[in-house]
Amino acid sequence: MKPEELTAMAEKARKQDAHFAHHIHVCTESGCVSSQSDVLLKNIADQVQQRGLKDTVCLKGVGCMGLCCNGPLLKADDTMYQFVKPEHAGAIVESLSARPVTELVCDTKQPFFTRQKLIVRENAGLIDPENLADCVAHGAYRALLKVLTTMTPQQVIAEISTSGLRGRGGAGFPTGLKWATVSKASGRAKYVICNGDEGDPGAFMDRSVMEGDPHRVLEGMAIAAYAVGAGQGILYVRAEYPLAVKRLTRAINQARREGLLGHGLFGSNFDFNVEIRLGAGAFVCGEETALIASVEGKRGMPRPRPPYPANSGLHGCPTLINNVETFANVPAIIERGGKWFAGIGTEKSKGTKIFALTGRIKNTGLIEVPMGMPLREIIYDIAGGIPDGKAFKAVQTGGPSGGCIPAEHLDITVDYESLTKLGSIMGSGGMIVMDETSNMVDVARFFMEFCKSESCGKCVPCRVGTYEMHELLDRICNRQANMADLNLLKDLCDMVKQTSLCGLGQSAPNPVLSTLRYFENEYLKLIQSSPTNSTEDGAKHVALEVLS
Amino acid sequence: MNTPIDVGTESITLRINDQDVSCRKGETVLQVARENGIDIPTLCYMEGLSIWGGCRLCMVEIAGSPKLQAACATVCTEGMNISTHSPRLENYRRMIVELLFAERNHVCSVCVSNGHCELQAMAVKLGIDHVRFPYRFPHLEVDNSHDRMRMDHNRCILCSRCVRVCAEIEGAHTKDIKGRGVLAAIIHDLDQNWGESETCTSCGKCVNICPTGALTHRGTAVGEMTKKTTFLPYLTLMREDQP
Repeated sequence: MKPEELTAMAEKARKQDAHFAHHIHVCTESGCVSSQSDVLLKNIADQVQQRGLKDTVCLKGVGCMGLCCNGPLLKADDTMYQFVKPEHAGAIVESLSARPVTELVCDTKQPFFTRQKLIVRENAGLIDPENLADCVAHGAYRALLKVLTTMTPQQVIAEISTSGLRGRGGAGFPTGLKWATVSKASGRAKYVICNGDEGDPGAFMDRSVMEGDPHRVLEGMAIAAYAVGAGQGILYVRAEYPLAVKRLTRAINQARREGLLGHGLFGSNFDFNVEIRLGAGAFVCGEETALIASVEGKRGMPRPRPPYPANSGLHGCPTLINNVETFANVPAIIERGGKWFAGIGTEKSKGTKIFALTGRIKNTGLIEVPMGMPLREIIYDIAGGIPDGKAFKAVQTGGPSGGCIPAEHLDITVDYESLTKLGSIMGSGGMIVMDETSNMVDVARFFMEFCKSESCGKCVPCRVGTYEMHELLDRICNRQANMADLNLLKDLCDMVKQTSLCGLGQSAPNPVLSTLRYFENEYLKLIQSSPTNSTEDGAKHVALEVLS
Repeated sequence: MNTPIDVGTESITLRINDQDVSCRKGETVLQVARENGIDIPTLCYMEGLSIWGGCRLCMVEIAGSPKLQAACATVCTEGMNISTHSPRLENYRRMIVELLFAERNHVCSVCVSNGHCELQAMAVKLGIDHVRFPYRFPHLEVDNSHDRMRMDHNRCILCSRCVRVCAEIEGAHTKDIKGRGVLAAIIHDLDQNWGESETCTSCGKCVNICPTGALTHRGTAVGEMTKKTTFLPYLTLMREDQP
């Protein structure tokens, strides 16, 4: 595709769009589809057809609008509707030229919508992810065009470094630095991998980005590939996201057909292709070296680092691995500049972050807020607080690698540093809110069970350590433990954290450590109420086990 | 899997346990330590095979590094200051070996490898006299289908030495690992009985490289060591025939 063709395509789509008097946008992401938004979309299409409104109403399936708990969500002109059932299709179409359907109206003035700042999700709810022209009309591939026609790879890396963007997959490694490292590494080929193996319980940010704006991810990858000198991209998506896989496959095919992927993009000598690889449901494949092994067709197991993938990754070549959300930030940074991005957020955590709000809160769903927003604002204003008049107890961030933040720290700002200081992590952005009825030892046990079954089995501390930690937690929960068990659990946590091979094992004890840090009294209470409670040492336990 | 690291010609110096040592660039901490008589314990490491880094017994402290590093997978750099036997490391090592004992059914007294088992020797070396963790007592199979060798999953510590020697030295890649976590296990071909494997060359390298009694030659189990008594009745007969 030539540069002017992209502009023409955008113009044409915009003109077509302007010619419609009314617009209906129906969320077609997994959350809303699970409550029949696909049927709703079809019903509205039928209604529009029946009423002969085909030339006046523009009907689109769009990305996630955020408030997933009230889905299916639908936007008809400027009115947002919630809990829309397929049978409401007629009423919605009718309302276009009359008054809104009041009982279904969703208030867009509530803090859930007004306090957000959208960068990655700016087009969610606006564009049809399956329609390339529509995406282009809303700015897709404009940043890639700018990069290929006016910037050198060094300038791109400099821009990303200026922006202060950090990896959104969990650890928060500076993206600019990673790109620079890969660009300086030498090898017979280079690869760019997008990590879409989102596996944390309660997290669905990446799924939403891939389902709602797939071209944005491809564009981010293409820009990264240009910056580091790679020619091949791999999108590693978990097979449990069939809709994301479908949309990404379609997006890749569209982009290839239109010459937005392939040889000599926009008349430059830059070639870039992307292929999709499906993850087979292993959490550990989110770890970069295990992911690479999986892409190579091997068993998904991590290997010791160094060498880091930046020097020796896929097939032994320098490889850049970033998370979906990280890549999705790139086009905005290129278009509006690194300085603009660096102006958002805190001193060390720049930009915005998408969080998946779940648990005991009124508004569950996806939000994108600037880094450094107070946790209290997220929980009480955006999420609407705790339902049924219950009291807030803790919020779990970072999934099985993260920790819990108790009520006394509600006033912290949410950024990489402050969460780490409290013994949790930003992680990929899951936030599970718990109220006073939650049993924190049970929470730790839940995450340990997850780690136990997701451990790859390669290194002993993680393989057996997570099993034994789960066993001890199970004892405590079942009131069969004594103080020796608790001390053993603490020793195990320390050992597994220090000696495990990869991040999964090293962070597996975190849910236990953080609940012990803030809620040790719950552990003690369970132990003190155990009939077997005494100060006997662990050796006796083993003997008992042998006998039973 | 990692390939062994290329060793260059340039030499560097470093400190291990306050002892100044020199090595060639590219050598690992484990290699250099062993060359200098410092014994860092390992179970999964095997010279000549790729680095696995799974047993975590060779973890060492490197001054200036917040994380412990596996000596087998860490390449020496100039001026490194390494501690290999701090009380903390010894404690971790003991716990790791205890975990291995708790994971499967390691009953030395009835094991064919009693007395020549690396896991048993390691426990003795580290001074382990009891296991603090709950035993798992899994129900595991013994694969007795091969006519010369036997796989007893009860004794396996998943060091993967058999997998690597089969793939990297014999070139057969009959063995691999299935499953996750404590359910991980060694398999043959597509999780078939060993005796039905079409790729196994019966070379026996896996048996000889196995640190425990998981892989053994047939005929070595206590129950198999019966005596041939069928000729005994003929003893008198033979005597009677003599003049």
